[in-house]
Amino acid sequence: MADKKIIVNCETGEVSEVELTAEEVAQRAADATEAAKAKAEADAEAAAKATAKTALLAKLGISAEEAALLLG
Amino acid sequence: MANTYTKIASVAVGAGGAVSMEFTSIPATYTDLKICFSAREATGGDYIRFSLDINATGTGLGTPKILWGNGTTANSGTETSPTVGYGVNRFSSTASVFSNTEIYIPNYTVSQYKSIAITGAEENNATAAFSSASAVLWSNNAAITSVKIYSPVNVAQYSTATLYGISKT
Repeated sequence: MADKKIIVNCETGEVSEVELTAEEVAQRAADATEAAKAKAEADAEAAAKATAKTALLAKLGISAEEAALLLG
Repeated sequence: MANTYTKIASVAVGAGGAVSMEFTSIPATYTDLKICFSAREATGGDYIRFSLDINATGTGLGTPKILWGNGTTANSGTETSPTVGYGVNRFSSTASVFSNTEIYIPNYTVSQYKSIAITGAEENNATAAFSSASAVLWSNNAAITSVKIYSPVNVAQYSTATLYGISKT
């Protein structure tokens, strides 16, 4: 099934489903690549942050709950 | 009492999903615009992210600033366009549950750059569920006449979007 976009004309209320043009398909692929890259970077950053937090807690010998108490 | 909050149009995605939901020929008769949408990914990817295309320009949204959390980690940063916010339920999130996201565009007809505020929440019965707040600038002086919402993968059937016009009087 071809990918479709849904368009609502606010003046007429007409709703139409339109198949993507070749140009739009190409742009969509580029956008997906960019999104995957951004997601990978964000996931890596979050994982690194979580790892650093766990290591610091271990170094201090306290739990996350105890750290929250200290900072609260 | 003046009717200051008016539904302009709405859309619901049918079987097979959709690439995007787009409002065109938006009347210039209001002060602000608000879009409420609820969506989930139709296929794998778990991007959560979504994008906007205003006036079919494909440009001008620059570098959105996003504050987000997922239940265990909080972060803030600059997203790479075209992402403008996190607000589409992941394909892997709880079945049959959809996100809850709002887009607010004040002074959409004024000849100046347009500020856009977005808040989004993934609804998920699990430890991890994303929510975000975004500050976005559309660097274009033109009045806004169309808004398209799209994500890296198709949105699923039963995803919805509603456009409201808000008047100051």
